Amino acid sequence: MLKLRDITKRFGDTDVLRGVSAEIQKGEIFTIIGPSGAGKSTLLRIIDFLDTPTSGSVIFGGRDITSEGSIEVRRRMGMVFQKSATFNTTVFENVAIGLRFRGVPETDVRKKITEALEIVGLTGFEERKAKTLSGGEMQRVALARVLVTNPDLLLLDEPTANLDPVSVEMIEDLIKKINRDFGITILMSTHDMVQGQRLAHRIGVMMNGIFSQIGTPREIFSAPHDRYVARFVGIENIIEGTITAKEGGLATIEADGTLLYAISPLTERTHVHLFLRPEDIALSCTGEHATSVRNVLPGKVVEITPMGPLNHLILDCGVELIAVITWKATEELGIRVGSEICASFKASAVHVVER
Amino acid sequence: MNEIVAGFTTALELIISLDPEVIDTAIRSMTISLTATFFATLFAIPIGSVITFSEFHGKKALINLIQTLYALPTVLVGLFVFLLISRAGPLGFMRLLFTPEGMVIAQMILILPILIGLTISALKGVDSTILDTLRSLGATRYQFMKSVVREARYAIMAAVVLGFGRAISEVGAAIMIGGNIRGHTRVLTTAISLETSMGNIALSLALGIILLGIALVINLMLAYVQNR
Repeated sequence: MLKLRDITKRFGDTDVLRGVSAEIQKGEIFTIIGPSGAGKSTLLRIIDFLDTPTSGSVIFGGRDITSEGSIEVRRRMGMVFQKSATFNTTVFENVAIGLRFRGVPETDVRKKITEALEIVGLTGFEERKAKTLSGGEMQRVALARVLVTNPDLLLLDEPTANLDPVSVEMIEDLIKKINRDFGITILMSTHDMVQGQRLAHRIGVMMNGIFSQIGTPREIFSAPHDRYVARFVGIENIIEGTITAKEGGLATIEADGTLLYAISPLTERTHVHLFLRPEDIALSCTGEHATSVRNVLPGKVVEITPMGPLNHLILDCGVELIAVITWKATEELGIRVGSEICASFKASAVHVVER
Repeated sequence: MNEIVAGFTTALELIISLDPEVIDTAIRSMTISLTATFFATLFAIPIGSVITFSEFHGKKALINLIQTLYALPTVLVGLFVFLLISRAGPLGFMRLLFTPEGMVIAQMILILPILIGLTISALKGVDSTILDTLRSLGATRYQFMKSVVREARYAIMAAVVLGFGRAISEVGAAIMIGGNIRGHTRVLTTAISLETSMGNIALSLALGIILLGIALVINLMLAYVQNR
């Protein structure tokens, strides 16, 4: 339904987008995740032709809309911005504005608004001044305002970035509902990778103005293409090494003099990055481990940092590893800085990419 | 000192007793200045919107010029309009000199820069997300401008009130174009000027109090609307 072809955007001397290509399928929720300043908002603005690309094209419904940019095309899209924008009037008039622009008869306007306010859970708010609403309520008004116009494509630019956790959950539920019940295709940006994962059918990871990787949440979170994506999706152990031997699918990798085992189709002598999630590392003090575990690395605790209910441990096992463990387990095992410890993880827990 | 106190007492008497000449002059002042403000607003809002939302060469210079004209001397406007509508002028055939209509034109020209300039400021003050939202909702150029004006309405109203204040309080153009003809073009300011020079301090004070009263009422109305 929406094709992006090699879109670039330059502001002065800065390349904000550096050749973005992607295809958004009808009916899906596609989230663009990436750090602030990666170009997410700019891309959404270009699709809604609030900005014009320096080069490249946007194909919407089979037509190149980059140069055309007519009101008719824009009226088939809806956009909600990070900063809630409500007009200085009642909730009813706020939701009505898109319909008024389209010259919809007053009786239909009333009917559509009643329905939309019910969907977003603001029934009875019609005559309230929109400026008196909370941030979460304002974003729901914004959603109702685009919903009444029945767009084919909904663009959401970090719609929950400024909201409290309860409002975020409510907006996320609404986004899923709008997609499921009305079949509206949704393209949404967020810097919250977990939110991207929760909502998306597919995710595009945007780094420095390009999609570093596009895939299902599972692909992105378990098999990132490169170390930048890996770091962004929370893979804290990124180890450089070289494959020194292959035996079937099992690769032996030498990293800083330490031998590690991983499943990989790559061949001997390939220089690689290893990605390993802290949660996949088991810790023990005795060196005992299940026989299926290939990697067993004795080492020392270098640093302990509390993070929510967990402790973050930095280990020196020949290579530096980051592991997590609960507070309780830390106490029970008597782990402190300097403790001897044994880290173990399966060969299948390691994701190997060529560097 | 006694003279001032006596003047105030007489002034209040004139107002309370609804002295026909005082009331007549006050109403004429209001009518002329309100009409001038109405037409100036009618021009200023579209002109201000188009300037704000168009990109063209010399836009900054134009806005600077408009802001400079905030300080346009009233007598200069008087002179300009006089040249325009006097017998020999290009609009002389309309016989507008020494008429209330001529005064309306002069006051309109006088306050137009303020109204346009402050309309531009008011529209520029509207949040950029609001502008993006309007565009993304599929507004045509006209719908867009109309909606932004509506969003900036309170700031624009303040500009209109300021413009009205300048119109009703000016004396230079009113004298030159109206001629201060009793019962025809005499307004509060020209009457004060004349009566003071003739020594009728009480009458001048009464007219002055009314002038201030009008400004007060208009401002209270604006405050009421803005706080609603």
